Amino acid sequence: MKNRLLWPVLALVALLVLNVVVTPSFFSLRLQDGHLYGSLIDILRNGAPTLLIALGMTLVIATRGIDLSVGAVAAIAGAVTCTYIASGGDAWTGMGLALVLCGVLGLWNGFLVSVLGIQPIIATLVLMTAGRGIAMLITEGQIVTVDSPTFREVGAGFVVLPIAILISLAVLGLVALVTRRTALGLLIESVGVNPSASRLAGVRARTIIWTVYVFAALCAAVAGLMISSNVSAADANNAGLWIEMDAILAVVIGGTSLAGGRYSLTGTLLGALIIQTLTTTVYTIGIAPEITLVFKAVVVIAVCLMQAPVRIRVRGVRGKQGVPA
Amino acid sequence: MTEPVVDMRGISVEFPGVKALQEVDFRLFPGEVHALMGENGAGKSTLIKALTGVHPLAAGQVSYAGESVSFTAPAEAQAAGISTVYQEVNLCGNLTVAENILLGREPRKFGRIDGKRMRARAAELLARIGLHIDPGSVLESHPIAVQQLVAIARAVAVDARVLVLDEPTSSLDADEVAELFRIIRVLRDEGVAVLFVTHFLEQVYEISDRITVLRNGQLVAEHSTAALSRIDLVSAMLGREMGLLEEIERRSGTPGQAFLVAEGVGRKGSVAPFDLEVRSGEVVGLAGLLGSGRTEVARLLFGADKADSGRILVDGKPLKLTGPRAAIEAGVAFSSEDRKAEGIVADLSVRDNLILAMQAARGWARPVPRKLADELVAKYIELLDIRPADPDRAVGNLSGGNQQKVLLARWLVTEPKLLILDEPTRGIDVGAKAQIQKVVADLAAEGMAVLFISAELEEVVRVSDRVVVMRDRHKVAELDGDVGVDDVMALIAGGGDHGLDKDVEKAVVS
Repeated sequence: MKNRLLWPVLALVALLVLNVVVTPSFFSLRLQDGHLYGSLIDILRNGAPTLLIALGMTLVIATRGIDLSVGAVAAIAGAVTCTYIASGGDAWTGMGLALVLCGVLGLWNGFLVSVLGIQPIIATLVLMTAGRGIAMLITEGQIVTVDSPTFREVGAGFVVLPIAILISLAVLGLVALVTRRTALGLLIESVGVNPSASRLAGVRARTIIWTVYVFAALCAAVAGLMISSNVSAADANNAGLWIEMDAILAVVIGGTSLAGGRYSLTGTLLGALIIQTLTTTVYTIGIAPEITLVFKAVVVIAVCLMQAPVRIRVRGVRGKQGVPA
Repeated sequence: MTEPVVDMRGISVEFPGVKALQEVDFRLFPGEVHALMGENGAGKSTLIKALTGVHPLAAGQVSYAGESVSFTAPAEAQAAGISTVYQEVNLCGNLTVAENILLGREPRKFGRIDGKRMRARAAELLARIGLHIDPGSVLESHPIAVQQLVAIARAVAVDARVLVLDEPTSSLDADEVAELFRIIRVLRDEGVAVLFVTHFLEQVYEISDRITVLRNGQLVAEHSTAALSRIDLVSAMLGREMGLLEEIERRSGTPGQAFLVAEGVGRKGSVAPFDLEVRSGEVVGLAGLLGSGRTEVARLLFGADKADSGRILVDGKPLKLTGPRAAIEAGVAFSSEDRKAEGIVADLSVRDNLILAMQAARGWARPVPRKLADELVAKYIELLDIRPADPDRAVGNLSGGNQQKVLLARWLVTEPKLLILDEPTRGIDVGAKAQIQKVVADLAAEGMAVLFISAELEEVVRVSDRVVVMRDRHKVAELDGDVGVDDVMALIAGGGDHGLDKDVEKAVVS
């Protein structure tokens, strides 16, 4: 476990060091009007939605699944809330509505995967594409802007730290507590490693798979609220665009295998931080926008390669044993 | 006799920690159909893969057409004229018959595939094996049996001198098998050497000229089919390890009440309706060859597969078996024969594997307390002598025998009233085998009902109070008390040349 996290930690440290070298004031924090500001805080705040979605994704991936629809679900959450508020509704009710609807969408995904047995990548692709359409229908194709101080708090508010950070860390703590202090984590891993053996041992594999998709959708909903609250607007087309890819990447960088089974929440946290730090680094060291994506790609490939050698070595050893004596 | 086309001598193949083949000799002559027989894990597939270059040899030598060869990939073997057709159809259903037959060696014209010549060549090859279908038709539009024959046409397209058929008949019905055999005979008469793997004794006696029997990775016998009686064949396949293990103490006590009663339980295409009773405190053995329905019986009783007829009573009350959970709640536990796919959760620790069934029964919200888990793990590691005695080790890193002990422990901690063990001792060493047998006897002595399935008759007879015999997906007999291996073997071989003893006949219940 510890070994698996070594490379992500080193990658994160390297990125931070690079930033300090370029911007010596990178680590400095200042307190203004009871709010904490600084580059590190920015990274955490901007990375909060990705972290949230990646947490849901971690559990889905641990069951051998994947959820491509989270970005679209996030857009739907923002669309529902903003449209409701814009039509004169209360912000809390609006957010509640969004959570309920997204919970239903999670049930849909879980139904396709666990009851109908559709491959997760296909099952969630349905909502990935259809979800944006649903969001468009809700906003009637417009960017809905709202002026609600309550709603604005979710993405842009502060209680010393930005509220978005607090929410993400609270969810992280909650997931860690619930999966590791109850048997849920064990059962999720067991289903991910060997679904048939788990079923024969009496594990309710179907219920567990269903649960993780609902949880992933709820995480996506909260992340969607953050994204939309931060700009006080719902953009059905662009809110949470490609965030599912960042989330999957965060999970993989964190050392959780796409083949399911053992998962690491700490790894996912590190993965999400690496991705966000990378994005920030691109701005602070002044990389030209046109090569931003290439730079990101290079770093991601590097991190993945660093995690890979273990497997290459294992295969090498097996190959040697296979040579006839 | 002519020179053998394939001559394998002293073949050994090793996998990490397992000797899959030990110094096996095997000969295949041109123009013969040679049946390779043996139970699961006997080494049949390994021998084929050693021949075709899938597995590297640890020792031994392969001669093909008089020359020493060492293929490093199946493609090399195929190019040399050794073609293999596997159990599952390994073709592309969306392509045409002609494309499948000539895939990878399509006739070309100016670098492009020449469709006309391809269809003509395919038609020629199909005609050779007497299969008259349109080469331009899509493969999927034909039944599985025809697809299987197309696979054979593909295999002989390279002028194969050796044709390996790995269980080609398992998905075919009687007419289709007859068609396949007609084609095999055509090829045999052309001088092709056919290596044929099957579990169906009838078919062996119908088609094969010679038989080689493997058991536990070793060569047991090579005979001409005419000279080997069915009973000797079964005996060679199942083996006799007399005196290898200590005699298990027979309990004197009488079994208790019937715990589980199955009345007419069956499943179409899986096992014919059967009656079965298992009483508390007795071990019921289930004997039969692979594919006889012995595993299917166990799966139906546990709800792993759904029965479509009959009913099951537990403690006298009808049990609605909706799935494994319902069975577990009724006190039934089942350890599958497929340890890897349906038993262990390889990446998880010994501790997690051991408490999995208990945890599943408690639900996720009530975790097994760490202290209790540690106590249970410590207890069963000692009781069953699980090695290495490290609860945190991933169970996938344990040897087969120790994995099996962990699985046994997984169920024992749930304190089941009926324990169904499907081949709990397959592929594990003699020491672990004896330990598991002893545990089974002790459990029954303490009042547990046990249904014990094993391919090894010696073992079944040794641990069981009663033996139920399965043949061709039917329950054929139930033998009480002190049955001998020979009695059971006669029943398994069935309809063979050695009639049943009078005593055994009396014991036949159904």
